[in-house]
Amino acid sequence: MKALCWHGKNDIRYDTVPDPEIEHGRDAIIKVSSCAICGSDMHLYDHFIPTMEKGDVVGHEFMGEVMEVGAENKELKVGDRIVVPFTITCGECEQCRRGNFSVCERSNRNKSLADKMFGHAGAGLFGYSHLTGGYAGGQAEYVRVPFADKTHVKVPEGLTDEQVLFLGDIFPTGWQAAAQCDIQPTDTVAIWGAGPVGQFCIRSAVLLGARQVICIDNVPERLSMAEAGGAITINFDSESVLERLQELTHGKGPEKCIDAVGLEAHATRSLDSVYDRVKQAVMLESDRAHVLREMIYVCRPAGVLSIPGVYGGLVDKIPMGALMNKGLTVRTGQTHVKRWTDDLMNRIQEGQIDPSFVITHTVGLDQGPEMYKTFREKQDGCVKVVLKP
Amino acid sequence: MSYSGKTSSSMSQSLGTSDKLARGIGWFSVGMGLFELFAPRTLTHALGMEGKETLVRACGMRQIISGIGALSDNPTPAIWSRVGGDALDIAALTPGLRDENPQKHNVELAMTFVAVTCAADLYCAQALHKRHKYPSSMVYDYSDRSGFYRLVADMHGAASDFEVPANMRAYPPMWAEFTPEKESGLL
Repeated sequence: MKALCWHGKNDIRYDTVPDPEIEHGRDAIIKVSSCAICGSDMHLYDHFIPTMEKGDVVGHEFMGEVMEVGAENKELKVGDRIVVPFTITCGECEQCRRGNFSVCERSNRNKSLADKMFGHAGAGLFGYSHLTGGYAGGQAEYVRVPFADKTHVKVPEGLTDEQVLFLGDIFPTGWQAAAQCDIQPTDTVAIWGAGPVGQFCIRSAVLLGARQVICIDNVPERLSMAEAGGAITINFDSESVLERLQELTHGKGPEKCIDAVGLEAHATRSLDSVYDRVKQAVMLESDRAHVLREMIYVCRPAGVLSIPGVYGGLVDKIPMGALMNKGLTVRTGQTHVKRWTDDLMNRIQEGQIDPSFVITHTVGLDQGPEMYKTFREKQDGCVKVVLKP
Repeated sequence: MSYSGKTSSSMSQSLGTSDKLARGIGWFSVGMGLFELFAPRTLTHALGMEGKETLVRACGMRQIISGIGALSDNPTPAIWSRVGGDALDIAALTPGLRDENPQKHNVELAMTFVAVTCAADLYCAQALHKRHKYPSSMVYDYSDRSGFYRLVADMHGAASDFEVPANMRAYPPMWAEFTPEKESGLL
């Protein structure tokens, strides 16, 4: 079969790889009908995530039709149409039973490696390094889904791929980021990053009733999409983020701040971002934490910082004094996808939201490698790429 | 929107021939720059241009900078800058072509080498430009992409039926007024 494979920094190729096979009774093989390039795939593309190996199949946002199921899998049958959550969940361990699906204790088959890196491993993820299990990803014609009896979202009749594909990652990720802010009707929610996850954070915050939603970025078309979703926008290239946030919150700062950027912050006009670039270049830190620092600084005391943006390793110069003295609550984590998907599917069916608004490019899988570059460079108005194998 | 601006054959690898060539040029440039920076006398002696060591060191610095640029995410400007740098190198070598220079033959070889390098730089810069060219005049207007079927104002709070899980509630609850009675559980 054909798949997109990682071969090194900035090197993604459309390769021929072996077809997947059932390896366990709970598995399923699906034929991918649609998949997408995620913002966090850029961290692989730019080689910021360790333990990638040449030839690894990438991609963790995908859906398709069940072609084959393992003997123990009683939840799925051939022909079912499913979206696959990017976090692989057994559904039986202590964490899964508590709804903490993204830290499933059984699905990461390289647990010992991840334990060494993080202390305790998180769940297995599709196409996202050997640290998260080394599972083949979904930017492919076919995918083996482990624990498929629990790791799936069935798609009801009448919904298109474009409407439901993002239930596998970015929609629930934006939703969780907003949900864990515990948004109140009096709240101002500031969101850094108007990429796909940022866009879903905005819609989620609006639906959850925030008084004011503010989005910070510097890409004009992304800011126009953010505005369309109900956000007040700040272009950090032409305005002072600190001054504008002060102005919009009567000098008190936003109650809730969301980092939808993660480890590759592209701020260019601040001293700390230059510092990060230099330290990252000489391998003295792995992640650029400009957004984290800014959020800690501007957030209203006793506020909440929600971090859906991906961080991979070590950061430097985090203002712990401000974080501690302002009594801020920090909520982080990969998304507990299955925790939210039933509710979000209902909201799509009820017509509250159509997630397809974010798609700007639809291409064949063979054109995926170039689209990595287009997405990375934010060229051609690119916000979200859907690939059709 | 369907994207069909480029043929699939050129898009099936994120690193095209020109990208790989740029990386090669980048490493070559860094290596050459280091050599010029730290061993200028070897070069000036071979070219019969003793006394020009400072100029060679400056060329070395330029090579290192453009090499680092060529190894970055966007190598095109650095490769174009190398084309200009090659022209400067040829200009710097020209005085060595005088008849009384015993190393004139080496200078001719060096100029040929720079000319070949220049051709490779020029090819690479043009190929990179062509491969990664995007229509700059295109205006992308996403102001109609709210994601909602109704007006944003109508959707405000539409999901207020959602119950935030207990372990995700903000603490302390900053929206609620503190009273000692409430805190002690008397109310």
